Amino acid sequence: MTGRLALLLAALFAASLLIGDGFVGVPDALILWQLRLPRTLLAALVGGGLGLSGAVLQGALRNPLADPGLLGITGTAGLGAVIAFYWGLSQHFPPALPAGGLLGASVGAALLLVFAGRAPSGPSLILAGVAVSAIASALLALALALAPNPFALADITVWLMGGLMDRTLTHVALAAPPILVGMALLLRLGPGLDALSLGEDAAATLGMPVAHTLRLAAAGTALAVGAGAAVAGAIGFVGLVVPHLLRPLLGRRPGALLPGAALGGAALLVVADMLVRLAPFALPISAPVPVGVLTALLGAPFLVVILRKAGPWDP
Amino acid sequence: MIALRRASIGLGGRTVLRDVDFAAGPGELVALCGPNGAGKTTLLRALAGLLADLPRPDPRRVAYLPQGARCAWGLTVREVAALGRIPHRDAAVAPVTSALTACGILPLSEARIDRISGGEARRAMLARAFATEPEVFLLDEPTADLDPAAAHAILRLLRATADAGRTIVVVLHAVEMAIAYAHRVVVVQAGRIAADLPADQALPAAASAFGLRVGVDLSPRLLPPA
Repeated sequence: MTGRLALLLAALFAASLLIGDGFVGVPDALILWQLRLPRTLLAALVGGGLGLSGAVLQGALRNPLADPGLLGITGTAGLGAVIAFYWGLSQHFPPALPAGGLLGASVGAALLLVFAGRAPSGPSLILAGVAVSAIASALLALALALAPNPFALADITVWLMGGLMDRTLTHVALAAPPILVGMALLLRLGPGLDALSLGEDAAATLGMPVAHTLRLAAAGTALAVGAGAAVAGAIGFVGLVVPHLLRPLLGRRPGALLPGAALGGAALLVVADMLVRLAPFALPISAPVPVGVLTALLGAPFLVVILRKAGPWDP
Repeated sequence: MIALRRASIGLGGRTVLRDVDFAAGPGELVALCGPNGAGKTTLLRALAGLLADLPRPDPRRVAYLPQGARCAWGLTVREVAALGRIPHRDAAVAPVTSALTACGILPLSEARIDRISGGEARRAMLARAFATEPEVFLLDEPTADLDPAAAHAILRLLRATADAGRTIVVVLHAVEMAIAYAHRVVVVQAGRIAADLPADQALPAAASAFGLRVGVDLSPRLLPPA
C-alpha cells in the first residue's frame, strides 16, 4: 500500500510539472526549473511534513483531532516572516522572509519545549502548544496593527493564507533540510506511538520513554511544519485529514501510518496546488486561490464523511 | 520475584503509602484488598516503577495492566495483544496467539476492540500482558465490569498461571473472589499493610479493613461453575 502511495505521488509530481496557470503542456526549461519544479518540490515537502506530523501528533496525544497547528509553531513561523516583512528586510533581500519564518519557528519550538517541561505528558504538551499559539497570534495581531502601510498589510495577509506561488529553488534549499531532518525524527517514533495507544502509564511499563517520545514528536513537528510554514505560510487541514484518509487503507495502528502519512500529505498538497493552477480554467476568478483555502475547503467535508463512515470510537 | 522495601510514597503533598514492605515470589497469586483510597493502586504502580525515584523493572520481565485500561484508535484485538511484544522488539506471532487463546479471545482476533463488549475488551487487554510472556504480572482490577462468570474465568486463568510458576499481584475489590482464588491476601488500609495472610485466613482482617462483619449467610448465591 505504501508502495502504491509512492507511485501515486510520483505520478502527481510529474503531472504537476505539466500544469501551469491556465495552461497544460510540457513547459520550456526556464519555466520548469524556475517555477514548476520549486513549486512542486515545496508542495511535496511541505505536504509530507504536515501529513507525517499530523499522524505523529494524533498518535502521541491519542487525539483524532490533533493537528500540527495545535503546537503553535505555524503561528510563530508566520510571526517571524511578518517581522521580516515589517522591517522591510524582505524587500531588500527576498530570502529574509523564509529565513525570518525559520527563525520564528525555532523560537516557537524552543518556547514549546520549555513550556512543556522536563517530563512532558500529552496534556502538558497541548497546554504548551496553546500558550505558544496565543503568544504568536497576539504578537501577529500587534504586528498587523502597527503595519507601516496598507499595502504591507495586504501583502502580509496574502502571505499568511499560505501559498506556493513564485517560490524559487532558494526557498527549497532553505526549507528542505529542516523538513527532512524533522521527518526523519518523526518516522522513527512508530513503536513509541503504538505503545502510547495504551496510555502513558502502560507505554512506560512497555519500556517506552514516554516523555522522550513526546519531546521528539514536538521537536520533529516543529522542524517539519515550522520550516514548511516559513516558506509556504499556514496551510491548514492537511495534517488533520491525511491520517484519517489513510486509516482505512493502512490500518489503525499509529506506527503503521507514518510513512504513508508522509507520502499521502505530499500527494494531497501537490494535488491541491495543481487545482489552484487549474482553477482559472473552471472559475471566473482572476487572483489565484490560496492553496491553504483550498485544502481546508476540500478537507473539511472529506473529514466529516470519513468520520461518519467510521462511526464512533475510542478515544 | 518483585518487592518493595520500606517504601513511603507521597502524591500531591499527601502520604499515600507509609513504610510499606511488600514481596511476591514465583508461583504466588497475591491479591491486594482494601477500601477505596487505601493505596492499593499506588502500591501496584510503585511495583511497576511508575512513581518517581523508584527503579523501573525490565519491561520484558514485568507486565502492568492499569485500572480501567483502554486502547485508543480501535485497534483489532490481535493488534492490541501484539503491543505486548514491544518490550521484546519482535513481531513474534506464536506468543500473541497463545495469549489470545489463554484469555479465551482468539475467535475475536480480528474484531476492533471498541466494537466488542467491555468484558471481551478486558480479556484483550489481559492478552496484551500475557503476550509479553513476563515473569511478573501486575494487574489493577482486571475483573472490574466483568459479569460474574467472566470474572471467575479470568481469576481461574490467573490462578493457573501463578501455579505454573509466574508471580501475579492483583488489586481486587471483590474480597470473596480474592479469598477464593489467591494464595495470599494483602490487606491495605490507610497507606499501610494491615494484614498479609494466607487467603483462607484473611477474611476477618479484610472485613475489619472495610468496617464489615464476618458471618455465615445461608441464602442462595451464585457459585463458580463446577
